[in-house]
Amino acid sequence: MTYLADVGALARKDLLLELRAKETLPSMLLFVISALTIFHFALPAGTSDVAARGLLWSALVFTALLGLTRAFVAEREQGMFDALVLTPCDRSAIWLAKSLAVLAFLAAAEVVALPAFAAFFHGLNGRTVAAVALADLGIVAVGTLFGAMAVAGRARELLLPLLFLPAAIPIVVGGVGGYLWFLALYDAIFAVFAWGTFEYVIAEAA
Amino acid sequence: MKGIPSEWQYVAAAYLVVFVTVLAWVGIIAAKFQRLNRQLAELVEKARERG
Amino acid sequence: MKLPALTTLAFGAAVALIFFYAPTDADQGFSQRIFYFHVPIALTSYACFGWGAWKALRYLRTRDERADLESYVAIHQGVIFGALTLVTGSIWARASWGVWWSWSENQLVLFLVLFLFYCAYFMLRYSVDAGPARMNMSAVYALFGVVLIPVSFLAIRLSQRFIHPVVFDSHAPSNMTGAQWLSFLVSFVAMLLLFATLYNVELAGKRIDAHLRELREILT
Repeated sequence: MTYLADVGALARKDLLLELRAKETLPSMLLFVISALTIFHFALPAGTSDVAARGLLWSALVFTALLGLTRAFVAEREQGMFDALVLTPCDRSAIWLAKSLAVLAFLAAAEVVALPAFAAFFHGLNGRTVAAVALADLGIVAVGTLFGAMAVAGRARELLLPLLFLPAAIPIVVGGVGGYLWFLALYDAIFAVFAWGTFEYVIAEAA
Repeated sequence: MKGIPSEWQYVAAAYLVVFVTVLAWVGIIAAKFQRLNRQLAELVEKARERG
Repeated sequence: MKLPALTTLAFGAAVALIFFYAPTDADQGFSQRIFYFHVPIALTSYACFGWGAWKALRYLRTRDERADLESYVAIHQGVIFGALTLVTGSIWARASWGVWWSWSENQLVLFLVLFLFYCAYFMLRYSVDAGPARMNMSAVYALFGVVLIPVSFLAIRLSQRFIHPVVFDSHAPSNMTGAQWLSFLVSFVAMLLLFATLYNVELAGKRIDAHLRELREILT
């Protein structure tokens, strides 16, 4: 049970930091609304519903990238990686905690983004909302793994999109097509993968 | 092969691309080995000065 | 040293079979012969990525630096063969349908995604300084790649349902005659041998590089 306690403690730390700094979430909110606005201007008249839905997913993926890029920066800048690695917790707990924290930010951004999308474009249906929820899990699972990698390198803001976007293509397909079973499959496969390999990723990331 | 039809340009292009790529790769490796040999010669000189 | 000789022999045999033995396809005509290079190259590319992932797994198990180098070289070869897949596939599309790209060709789209993914592998390696951190991350990323291959393929197949691209007559060989099969198999073997040859040479080159660097540090 200490595993879950560790996860809780780490996740709470991230959430509290954000509550105090108020940097990541407002940026994500502003970004997603701006993106949706740009998409409105980018779409010619009479665009189909499917096309508009596609843009929702583009907006979500890039907003998530924003949040993910910020996710490990605090640890990096304040040298907390070494401290984290020294704590007697299972390394995968760090992944789980970080994923949950980013998930919280992403969900908070979507609480605003989805109604905005429904208002700007056409309505939402329950299937799309379910798809967004499932996709979020995959996004944070994979994004946290790659975020830890990106942050160990030099051009970290550039590197994370390069690593993340190809892997996110199946998520977008599952989302736009509404293939909930596929999203669940993706989530299961890559969550297990990330959970199992995370300790290697931050092993020597000093 | 019966009479060569006009699509042969595309087939030739495809095979040529592969051939040229392998050739280019061989050229790059050859240049690399030249450089490595040069560096090796320098180091042999240095070792001789030492020993 | 017999590997390069074997490769050359295999290629000679393959080209001979492709152009003098295999019959012209009834539906697609002469341009179908691109298939005998394009598909083996694609399959070899998968083999490269698979080999790279296998070496990555070996690295994570044994922490042997040589495995990391082998994984890197294999993936490098994979990207080269992958680029060739895209180029030959594009030429084939142009020959068959008059367009340089088709989103309805699942194999081609998959290769685009994998090409992006594995190019990012090199971005990752350039971005991190050499050392255990880079080797660990590269290995995990290489393994992620092979898991991504079937998932992406499934996604691309699903996406065809709602993208509704212009569907051309399929390239997929419906019923291959014995002659076609033989030509294909020999070509496939030739490509795999080519990979093995290039892989060994590149690996040897990189190892010599590393030794020279070490020597220089000792002597200066």
